[in-house]
Amino acid sequence: MSDEDPLVLVVEDEAPMRRFMRASLGANGYRVIEATTRAEALAMVTGYHPDLVLLDLGLPDGDGIPLVRQLREWSQVAVVVVSARGREDDKVDALDAGADDYLTKPFGVRELLARMRVALRHGRAVGGGDEATLRFGPLKIDAARREVTVDGAAVHLTPTEYRMLTLLAKHAGKVVTHRQILTEVWGPSQTSQVHYVRVHMAELRKKVEADPARPRLILTEPGVGYRLKELPPEGE
Amino acid sequence: MVVGAVDTHGRYDTASLLLGLDLLPPRKVDGRSEFDLDAALARRPAVLVLDDLAHENPPGSRHPRRWQDVMELVESGVDVFTALNVEHVESLNDVVAEVTGTRVKETVPDAVIERADAVELVDLSPDELLERVRDGRVYLPGASPESTRRMFSRGSLLALRELALRRIAERVDVDVQAWRAQEGVASTWHTAERVLVCVGPSPSSTRLVRAGRRVAAGLRAPWVAACVEPPTGLRSAAAARVEESLTLAEALGAEVARLQGDAPAREILDYARRRNVTRIVIGKPTHPRLRDLVRGSLLDEVVRGSGEIDVLVIAGDEHPPEGRARDPRDEPRGSAAGYAWAVALVALATAASWVGRTVLAPPDLVMTYLLVVVLVSARFERGPATLAAALSVAMYDFFFVRPYFTFAVLDLRNTLTFAVMFAVASFTSGLTLRMRRQQGEARERERRTRALLSVARELSAAVDAPQALGALASHAAEVFDADVAVWSRDEGEPAVVATAGEPAVSDAEAARWCFERERPAGLGTDTLPRSKALCVPMKGRARVLGVLSVAPRDGAPLDGARRDLLDAFARLGASAMERATLAEDARRAAERARDEATRSALLSAVSHDLRTPLASITGAATTLRDDGDALSEAQRGELLDAVCDEAERMARMVNNLLDMTRLASGAVRVKREWVPLEEMVGSAMNRLERVLAGRPVSIDLPASLPLLSVDPVLFEQVLVNLLENAARHTPEGVAVDVSAEATEGGGVALTVADRGPGIAVGDESRVFEKFYRAPGAGPSGAGLGLTICEGIVRAHGGAITAARREGGGAEFRVVLPPAEGAPSVPEETAA
Repeated sequence: MSDEDPLVLVVEDEAPMRRFMRASLGANGYRVIEATTRAEALAMVTGYHPDLVLLDLGLPDGDGIPLVRQLREWSQVAVVVVSARGREDDKVDALDAGADDYLTKPFGVRELLARMRVALRHGRAVGGGDEATLRFGPLKIDAARREVTVDGAAVHLTPTEYRMLTLLAKHAGKVVTHRQILTEVWGPSQTSQVHYVRVHMAELRKKVEADPARPRLILTEPGVGYRLKELPPEGE
Repeated sequence: MVVGAVDTHGRYDTASLLLGLDLLPPRKVDGRSEFDLDAALARRPAVLVLDDLAHENPPGSRHPRRWQDVMELVESGVDVFTALNVEHVESLNDVVAEVTGTRVKETVPDAVIERADAVELVDLSPDELLERVRDGRVYLPGASPESTRRMFSRGSLLALRELALRRIAERVDVDVQAWRAQEGVASTWHTAERVLVCVGPSPSSTRLVRAGRRVAAGLRAPWVAACVEPPTGLRSAAAARVEESLTLAEALGAEVARLQGDAPAREILDYARRRNVTRIVIGKPTHPRLRDLVRGSLLDEVVRGSGEIDVLVIAGDEHPPEGRARDPRDEPRGSAAGYAWAVALVALATAASWVGRTVLAPPDLVMTYLLVVVLVSARFERGPATLAAALSVAMYDFFFVRPYFTFAVLDLRNTLTFAVMFAVASFTSGLTLRMRRQQGEARERERRTRALLSVARELSAAVDAPQALGALASHAAEVFDADVAVWSRDEGEPAVVATAGEPAVSDAEAARWCFERERPAGLGTDTLPRSKALCVPMKGRARVLGVLSVAPRDGAPLDGARRDLLDAFARLGASAMERATLAEDARRAAERARDEATRSALLSAVSHDLRTPLASITGAATTLRDDGDALSEAQRGELLDAVCDEAERMARMVNNLLDMTRLASGAVRVKREWVPLEEMVGSAMNRLERVLAGRPVSIDLPASLPLLSVDPVLFEQVLVNLLENAARHTPEGVAVDVSAEATEGGGVALTVADRGPGIAVGDESRVFEKFYRAPGAGPSGAGLGLTICEGIVRAHGGAITAARREGGGAEFRVVLPPAEGAPSVPEETAA
């Protein structure tokens, strides 16, 4: 463990959960600090400047969402929220408040590490320029030429579909909420028209997925949004 | 102890006796102080002193008479000390009137006096009393000096004193009997004695009733007051008098029997035999002997037929075969049409006879006229009939009896013809009238029966109490031509639960009284008689369930028959309410039983289904911790896989249990959004990647499917559960089919079908029950998945069904209703 290893703040009031994360994160090359309350967490973030905050939304001294908002006011620290199933609204709120991703309890360590990796990468990439070409499995997006190909075949996307795809690609591996898509693609006045996103996403899938009923690229996060899966480049 | 009301009549020595006693503040009515019943009831003293039991309350009081106040107090558990003069005793009323020459109106029923725990005689010799009168120490009611003198003559006072002493002696006698009975002393009671008083519509019947009560009291026997109504019914005035006598009898402690029949004597004797009556009290006939010859004498018949029963004949009454007697009001006089017909028909007969006079013999002519008379009297009333007879006689005489064209009669035989004509007219029209009256009566009775029948039918068809009571109210309003309300009371004040017409709110007091005393109140009763409505209790088996209040639109109290009908309505209503309550109880009990079953299933699920994976995890984990070094790499991997799998299984179960609980408690809120079905199928497939491994899923979703208005998270759960269920029951390598289609009505039907063992016959709906597990299925689930599906689909207004699939396997079909207001999405062209 060196100082170069990313520093993770685990905000969690359950001791067994902290123990599990301490062990598994430590084994995977992270330095771990812990907090059990919201107030403590805020103090730790200001004191230690962690690279990532793993935040449980159900804390004893209140909801975690305001903490996300508070952090986002002055910090670009990566935030991954953890919450129980059936609390989709909380997750959406946390994501819209600025959290990078979410995890649903119970989760496996592989899932946890994947989310953290993506969140950390985006945290660092903030401000960085777009790469010219993005590849996800059979999908290739040439941003400079606004060209999209699947298995080498050109795909004709409408402007909306293209904007949605590039938005997902920009946040590849991360969940993007319906609201974020609406705001980015349709503008901030259309945030209630969630079905726009769904309908156009269905169209987009028909064009880029091999089997739209079993999507491999654009995954649905029920009640939350979509996630473009990071697949190693293939084909061509 | 509280003094409720004492009238000191301004005398100092009376007032001074009240010093130091707790006086109940009186209520003021028209400037006069009156006893405040409600205050007394509210205060609930142990003992209440209330003077003048025979007092008449001012109009508008709850009860017309103070003795009724006292009864209410006694029923509420308040002991009352009260006083009354001997002349106020109901059964002595006639005797007192004979002695003093004044009829006292303020009487107290003997039944009230008999209810007293103790009766004490305040005796004073007439001389002493007269002395007090002279000294002005006796309150003399505002009677004339003449009546006062007669009342306070020495002879009257002696007689009254005797009456009082006798009455007390009677009472003491009863007390002794009661004591003997209580102490087990062999009774000297003539148990077999029972007195029957025949009540008729004669005005002196009340006198007969009082006499009957004296006879019964003398014998210490129970007594019955009976009347016989002819099947044609009594005229209204007579019926009212009979009702009055019966009411009096009831107040005097009699049982009341209303008999019906054409032969009063036989009815009375039959009833008397049935009830083991030993003495019949009957009034002396007052009508002329001739009438007995014509109609038979009731008295005579009763006496002859009485056999072993003693008959006491008492002055001043006669029984009523008078239903047959004609009341001028009942007798419909001829209508103008009737008379016109009479004239026309006679004219026609005359014309016809004139034309045929040469061919027809005189008897034939008479027959023609007779036919006219019969026709007219059968069709019309007595008036036209008589006119027809008279005209016929006149015409016949004028035209066809010598000397012609005069009214003179030569042959005496012709007078017989005339007499027969009149007799036929009279008899036929009498018969017609009677038939008509019987018809009317029968119609009326049929109407009532029909009313009852239809109420009963509607009440039994009603699904719940409010509907039943609504039907009851509207029927009652129709039948009684009244404004009707049904009152109910859970706790506190009675409230109207069903109405028909416009029931007055002011009847609340009568309704409350009716609830509390379980007796009728309001119009036509002794309680709150000024109320517009008559309130009758709807008695259930244990308590009064409601009150039916009926305010006749004409404001007149209901007569006996209608009261009976109202009681029948109330009984029907009560049984309907009771039925509704029972049904509700049964439903609740069934629900409780179901809850109980669910709880025990839940308990077993939690204890067994959750413990099993927990045991595996614990076992595997401890092995790894304690003996990890001794295990081979493969063994360690196996154990770790077991831990992960079992943990996942447990997570699923906990999720299911949680979902189930949230669905059952109604905590699930459906957040509808417009979602393509494809998206939900896709995310369900992703979630189940591992579960479905090795089982190909064929998905057939037409591109034309409309957007679904569903909660995407919940509906995805439905798909996940259905697919998981299919995967669980399908052997590896066998396909699961998912398809959808638009239904005819514009909805969407989704089918998930497998080729597993299918569903046992008859279990098609049971598969959705909580904790149902297909026989032979592994213990992998808690039997909640499909239940959750059903709950969610139903929360969306849809339906889910299970069926056996053709060719083997099971098929689950979710049908969602068409959704309103599907949104439009702006079209775009490819860039």
